[in-house]
Amino acid sequence: MTKLAPVLSAHWDEKDSFTLEAYKRHGGYKASEKALAMDPDAVIQLVKDSGLRGRGGAGFPTGMKWGFIPQGDNKDHYLVVNADESEPGTCKDTPLLMANPHVLIEGCIIACHAIRAKHAFIYIRGEVTHVVRRVNQAIADAYAAGILGNGIDVVLHIGAGAYICGEETALLDSLEGFRGQPRLRPPFPAIAGLYARPTVVNNVESIASVPAIVMNGAEWYQSMGTEKSKGTTLYSLSGHVVNPGQFEAPLGITLREILELSGGVRKGHKLKFWTPGGSSTPLFTDEHLDVPLDYEGVAAAGSMLGTKALQIFDETTCVVRAVLRWTEFYKHESCGKCTPCREGTWWLVQILRDLEAGKGTEADLAKLLDLCDNIMGRSFCALGDGATSPITSSIKYFRDEYIAHLTNGGCPFDPVASTLFVGAGA
Amino acid sequence: MTFSSEDLKIMDSIIKRYPRPRSAIMPLLHFVQSKAGYVTNEGIELIAKQLELEAAEVTAVSTFYTQYKPSAIGEYHVGVCTNTLCAVMGGDAIFASLKDHLGIENDGVTEDGKVSLEHIECNAACDYAPVVMANWEFYDNQTVESAKELVDSMRAGNPQPPTRGPNKLVTWKEASAVLAGLNDGLAHEGVQAGQPTLLGLKLSKEGK
Repeated sequence: MTKLAPVLSAHWDEKDSFTLEAYKRHGGYKASEKALAMDPDAVIQLVKDSGLRGRGGAGFPTGMKWGFIPQGDNKDHYLVVNADESEPGTCKDTPLLMANPHVLIEGCIIACHAIRAKHAFIYIRGEVTHVVRRVNQAIADAYAAGILGNGIDVVLHIGAGAYICGEETALLDSLEGFRGQPRLRPPFPAIAGLYARPTVVNNVESIASVPAIVMNGAEWYQSMGTEKSKGTTLYSLSGHVVNPGQFEAPLGITLREILELSGGVRKGHKLKFWTPGGSSTPLFTDEHLDVPLDYEGVAAAGSMLGTKALQIFDETTCVVRAVLRWTEFYKHESCGKCTPCREGTWWLVQILRDLEAGKGTEADLAKLLDLCDNIMGRSFCALGDGATSPITSSIKYFRDEYIAHLTNGGCPFDPVASTLFVGAGA
Repeated sequence: MTFSSEDLKIMDSIIKRYPRPRSAIMPLLHFVQSKAGYVTNEGIELIAKQLELEAAEVTAVSTFYTQYKPSAIGEYHVGVCTNTLCAVMGGDAIFASLKDHLGIENDGVTEDGKVSLEHIECNAACDYAPVVMANWEFYDNQTVESAKELVDSMRAGNPQPPTRGPNKLVTWKEASAVLAGLNDGLAHEGVQAGQPTLLGLKLSKEGK
């Protein structure tokens, strides 16, 4: 049985955990002090050696990303932290920043030093007023304490409601003051990022993981996790479970283990389908309870670790309804730049609406798959690719349920049965 | 409404945060909303002037992002998450009942100007589903009844405080100022974390 291993979340239960005082009480800003005394290349090497990989979805090795920044080029370099947490099911960076914004600021200082940047930007989504307050206050307190402003500046940038800005190049366009639309790569941000300067874009959790690595060493970090997926990470459990929440564990823990220690699926019900890493990762079913939740394990089983957003749905949930709703989300959030995604997501919604209402035919399933085939890999960014994941995976595992909508002349499920307050008289 | 010289100074300080002025468009749009309640033509013109852009360039940015509103909304803007997980767990029922209860549709505003309603996408609080936001503050674990009580308290002029947020719900304009990056001094209020956020840590301390 894998044991939980709180590192990022270790002091979240202290009432003032978000203050500078509380952060310093647990050795806060000692890691940045240590890193600033090191050669920047040694910091990059340390992060490479730790095995830390991006926690925003793609899992790219963080130290390697830092190493791509050209050195001695006499250009400004930038660090941009992606705090635009919006992938459906994903809810880890938001509580992290609410409970401990200073760990991100300390990570920014270390990362800036490593990549020789003087400026870091934290791009946070705009729909979380109190998280914005906490981060803004933490930055102000760090300046007042002389922690920031001595060669490294951190600027908070607040978004305005666009899922696409979580895609790193769209985020950069947005930060430059444009509509958030993805850029064609190459050039990658490491060569031409913010203001066409070398830029590292990292997820909140990735940067927040760095101070502990600097303090405790690469070997300590390597000792947790699996062969190619090192360290601990935040798994976010939500949906039809007894106890939803955040669980920080070594990479490689299984959903069965998380369900066992947290209390399991809600009483009297059984697991039907789940996402391992948000709605853009292909669905899993109860066949996948023992898949190791690390980058390789989830990929080998046909999905992606993504953001480790474990959304649990029990047998009361109609998979067609669930998939239609996600598809409507992608259609709404498609930025409109690339035709396959802009038009394709629109058509996916039309067909799925008909299917849910029992008005389609079985040939529509083939048409859906054909559309997905024509969206996949044909746009600048992965939004369209993500839109196909719930559709193709749900048809793979639940084809009969789609057909049942046709033979039934509509949805055979009672939507009340899947609510949290069923039977509560609400 | 005209922006005061004090407002212009604040806008100038927002522009100075960035290496390049154009980056300030988004916080400036939030700032315009904090003064006018929504993105007015006057606000667009002013931002364009401050940044030496065409008004069309500022409008193009403003209309891309859903948090910038093209017309007046409520003093308390209520968002009900109807993305899949919240929808299934009760968000759809909550949204339908609030429309009925308030007598408005999606993007509508009550006649008294107190409450506006919008169905929103995933707001990164899935472990607190079903989630309702008001002026982008968290109201966790909602039911049909609790959501109705919440909007009633808003219309009565005494809104319930957020679950994870300051002790008192600020107005739409006040929240917009926070989103423009201005510090309202309320960061220390409210819990550091809700129970679901702390569950893994608690279990770990119990030896799991």
